Amino acid sequence: MSKRIFVTGIGIISGIGNNVEETLQSIRDGKTGVGKITHLDTFHKDTIPVSEIKYTNEELIELMGLDNNLPYTRATLMGIVAAAEAVKCAGITDMKGKRTGLISGTTVGGMDKSEQYYHDFLTEGKHIKYIESHDCGDSTERIADYIGVKDFLSTTSTACSSAANSMILGARLIKNNILDRVIAGGTESLTKYHLNGFNTLMILDRELCKPFDENRHGLNLGEGAAFLVLESEDLVKESGKKVFCELTGYGNACEAFHQTASTPEGKGAYLAMKKALDRSGLKPEQIDYINAHGTGTENNDISEGRAIQNLFGENPPRVSSTKSFTGHTTSAAGGIEAVLSVLAIQHNMIYPNMNFKQQMKELSYKPVTELLENVKVDHVLSNSFGFGGNNSALIFSRV
Amino acid sequence: MEVYIKGMGVISPQNTTDNNSFLDEIVVHDKEFLNCIEPSYKEHINPIQIRRMSRLIKMSIYASKFCLKDAGIENPGGIISGTGLGLVEDTEKFLNSILDHNEQFLTPTSFIQSTHNTISGQVAIALQCFNYNNTYSHRGFSFESALLDAMLLIHDKDAENVLVGGFDEITEQHHSILKKTKWVKKEKVNHLDLLNHKTQGTIDGEGVSFFSLTGKKDASNYAQIKSISTLYKPADFQEIENHIEKFLTDNGISKNNLDLVVLGVDGNIDTDGIYYHLTEKYFNTNYAYFKHLVGTYHTCGAFALWLAAKAIKTQNVPEIARFNKQNFTNKPIKNVLVYNHFKNINHTFYLLNQ
Repeated sequence: MSKRIFVTGIGIISGIGNNVEETLQSIRDGKTGVGKITHLDTFHKDTIPVSEIKYTNEELIELMGLDNNLPYTRATLMGIVAAAEAVKCAGITDMKGKRTGLISGTTVGGMDKSEQYYHDFLTEGKHIKYIESHDCGDSTERIADYIGVKDFLSTTSTACSSAANSMILGARLIKNNILDRVIAGGTESLTKYHLNGFNTLMILDRELCKPFDENRHGLNLGEGAAFLVLESEDLVKESGKKVFCELTGYGNACEAFHQTASTPEGKGAYLAMKKALDRSGLKPEQIDYINAHGTGTENNDISEGRAIQNLFGENPPRVSSTKSFTGHTTSAAGGIEAVLSVLAIQHNMIYPNMNFKQQMKELSYKPVTELLENVKVDHVLSNSFGFGGNNSALIFSRV
Repeated sequence: MEVYIKGMGVISPQNTTDNNSFLDEIVVHDKEFLNCIEPSYKEHINPIQIRRMSRLIKMSIYASKFCLKDAGIENPGGIISGTGLGLVEDTEKFLNSILDHNEQFLTPTSFIQSTHNTISGQVAIALQCFNYNNTYSHRGFSFESALLDAMLLIHDKDAENVLVGGFDEITEQHHSILKKTKWVKKEKVNHLDLLNHKTQGTIDGEGVSFFSLTGKKDASNYAQIKSISTLYKPADFQEIENHIEKFLTDNGISKNNLDLVVLGVDGNIDTDGIYYHLTEKYFNTNYAYFKHLVGTYHTCGAFALWLAAKAIKTQNVPEIARFNKQNFTNKPIKNVLVYNHFKNINHTFYLLNQ
């Protein structure tokens, strides 16, 4: 049980880039992925901005050399891109020999195709093959088949904390010597289904989102996928490979308050961060950067903001939300922000919370507004909070 | 792992909400798919809340409370559930209104209730449980992921006891879609006679099953869950046999020590072969089966776990669940293996002890 968990590979695709390099470049350029809808076929395409990945499904199928006749959903295609990058980055050329798992988080799963063909499912059934890609497990299995993982597969579905929970399960399976390495993260495509769902909740900003701003008006949805390769200490020693960082802490707690809202004091957020800190053995002042969940909704930012203040005091570590770059990629967010946390350590950088203007009157602090480079970033806390009160936090540490 | 079943709360197409009975009176369904026998919810849910909840939420809150009551636990150290398709009725409602009204005039209720983690979240709210909370949705590994997670929490001493459940529902609309695939039988069948309909597909069902797991040994526990294992897309029967052999060996037991094997055989001519192969060529013991009672669904393994635990606790397998009726031998039921697979993709194995 004393085993350490190392991050040996990362892969990412989102509105700000199709891989790690492009993502970093967009951040350095201060370029957001949020803009007018171009791929999603929706009534709201001229009024609600989102962050879409640049490729069409057809382009992704071609890019990855896939069979056009199989029912690939957008979540699957993005997941394949990100997982393949993570595996390559970790220098894994053969999945056999070491007990390997794939744990992916998704919530809308294959809804993009189901909503497109639902009328057909109920009538002629010409596109019935897509009902088999409707469920959350489908994308995980197709990603696993692509990268060759067979020993263990699972899919977490806790809304916007799904990918973070994938990493937590992965770490625990390695610690318990059930697996040697796990590719963990999440994938989520934009769908009419959840765009309209969030719209009925009146939490979508019609402009660019402004996390932690006094005058914030909601979130911008996004899509994407990101995966980390987590490996056991033994495996890293055996291969002698270079690691990015260590996953030193993780915490999961439940708000148990309301299906779609959090308490004003952020009880669940506090508990998740506290559990992660306790597990890491770090003191609050050792955290250099908090990559916040920071959606830009009235409710999240006040709960999270206060929870940070309650745990870290009036002068907390540097905080920012990167959702003004990527949009809120829901189930993938925990993965995308974990990759960004790993990169923050690797490059000694802290990301700006774009679009921020005015400090929230309830908080004693402001988020970081400029890109900081060459700063000390040894320990990063990454928050992911979801509907249903599912709150999770991860801590990555320099080795 | 030292993990025991301390309480159970199961709602299924059979009468399973009285833990003192064990499939005593069998319900015969007349529809093409099997819906749950719903309890009178008032015993565990406030009537005002009952009206606001969709069927699957009601069943899940009821089953979880009834399970905890059975276990004598008020607030669990964690709540974890698994589901293949989540809240189908709410999902259909929101999806249909999006499509029927061109994304306008929508209300949020069915959307809010349609995420897969609604159940773990709602149960946590009902119990005011702020502890670990998770939801898995991975086909025939959904419940098993939740179960493994729960066992790890107890093993790692992150929780003393955990509430773990599996839930799935079937609706008229979803059944009509599934009937267009090769997985549901085209012809109407008597579900009790399912195995004699040797055609493509099976009968779809539903169920909600919650278990209270604990790390504490106690004579009142139903059974010990010794270990669980999963196998993804095996190439052939041999790979499955090898997997079982290794699973049993790793747990210090041989196939000859198994007193009962619970099988997921479901009358699908395309995928039942492995069950017949194992009973004819590999195992030599008593067998039970269950999908003729509750139908097939992503988390039906949870019902099999209930069946296995009840068999151990009562030292009996009801006649209706005996697979080898002709030569079922009377012997103590100490070691039980549950083997089930979903579409020959997700193969799952649970080993239970007295």
